[in-house]
Amino acid sequence: MPLINRHLIDPNDLTLEELQQIIELGLKMYNQPKAYSEICKGKILGTLFYEPSTRTRLSFESAMLKMGGTVLGFSDANTSSAKKGESIADTIRVLDDYADILVMRHPREGAPLLASQFSTVPVINGGDGGHQHPTQTLTDLITIQNYRGSISNLKVAFCGDLLFGRTVHSLLKTLSRFENISFVLVSPSELKIPCHLKEEIQQEYNVEIIETTSLEEHLPEIDILYMTRIQKERFFNEEDYVKLKDCYILNQAKLKHAKDNLLILHPLPRVNEISYDVDDDPRAKYFEQAKLGVYVRMALMAMLLGVA
Amino acid sequence: MLKVTGIEKGIVIDHITAGKGLKIFQKLNLDKNKTQAVLLLNVVSHELGQKDMIKIQDDLDIDLTILGLIDPNITVNYIRDDKIQKKMQVSIPHKIKGLFECKNPRCITTEDQYAEAEFTLVPNGKIKYRCNYCEELTEYKL
Repeated sequence: MPLINRHLIDPNDLTLEELQQIIELGLKMYNQPKAYSEICKGKILGTLFYEPSTRTRLSFESAMLKMGGTVLGFSDANTSSAKKGESIADTIRVLDDYADILVMRHPREGAPLLASQFSTVPVINGGDGGHQHPTQTLTDLITIQNYRGSISNLKVAFCGDLLFGRTVHSLLKTLSRFENISFVLVSPSELKIPCHLKEEIQQEYNVEIIETTSLEEHLPEIDILYMTRIQKERFFNEEDYVKLKDCYILNQAKLKHAKDNLLILHPLPRVNEISYDVDDDPRAKYFEQAKLGVYVRMALMAMLLGVA
Repeated sequence: MLKVTGIEKGIVIDHITAGKGLKIFQKLNLDKNKTQAVLLLNVVSHELGQKDMIKIQDDLDIDLTILGLIDPNITVNYIRDDKIQKKMQVSIPHKIKGLFECKNPRCITTEDQYAEAEFTLVPNGKIKYRCNYCEELTEYKL
């Protein structure tokens, strides 16, 4: 089924073939951005950010502007009609006339799915609560493809907040569908992945999962290390956050035992979980990852709009 | 042995697992409306040993989904002129809408009236439902 006019709410909305098509186009755009600089001329991206975001929102805006399109929207629920109690359905019924494609970030899980049920234009999930973040997954996948050459035969470690980390949930679900992938899940016991996700991955995809509280234990065997921030905004009380916030800190000393071709990724923003001394290590690719995110979002929007 | 006469026209909910009859009676609001109904508890059954039964002297619109959710052993007999006109076997529903709430406090269904809680049965194991919005699992208990 062609991608034109479809929504992207969950990474599983895309087949493996479609994921590869988007990644391939994203890499072409990355290598030859000028060739695509006018393909969205006359198109408008609507950004509905009910929760603060820097990277995702600006990455989407940059992506649309790089293709010659324009952008409108809001970046804070307090400056939108949501503050007045307007339902998502009513907001979408109006905004889908104002824009050709919409991206939504919302603190409530499932909000972008609700939006897609009322929208006549494609809706992209820009992150919903602790649930899913499919375009970060595309960003992660394009980075793996670019630096490893393929997305298969990998031992992938996720470290940090695996309970509320939507980027982790999306990537775990998606990587499970690729060939010969196994996971090492490193987290404090309070922040382990949700049971429903673990059950789904093990039952539906039969993927090997090792759960541990030690970052060092499996580091020598790891191909990709996906670090995450302990997210203050997901805790109901400050005390729990303070107790866990610095539980994992990756530094050069720990990396001595890691593979030479390890890929260190992070969805950003980073706080303390990766020391600054790691930034110059050639294995650290998190800033390149953020850069590639713009191009994969360009590819996604171009395909949903049917202009590439 | 206790004897209860048949009904001329109405519904018999049969093969209810013994002990669940009262809950079903309440879930169908038979204790609150004016329909003539009788609840039989611990009736001798060849198949189940003991069973509960509900006889309703009326053409109620019975929600078979909720019956399947509570007890998939149930059969529903529709009676006309003292005879069984139609027999329905309930089953565990694959999809559920609006019968219970999602337990995830961050789910959009807890906030937005347009998002009615919808669930899909998870294959294998216990009767668990995945929220179509947030994917949280809810295990249904009577």
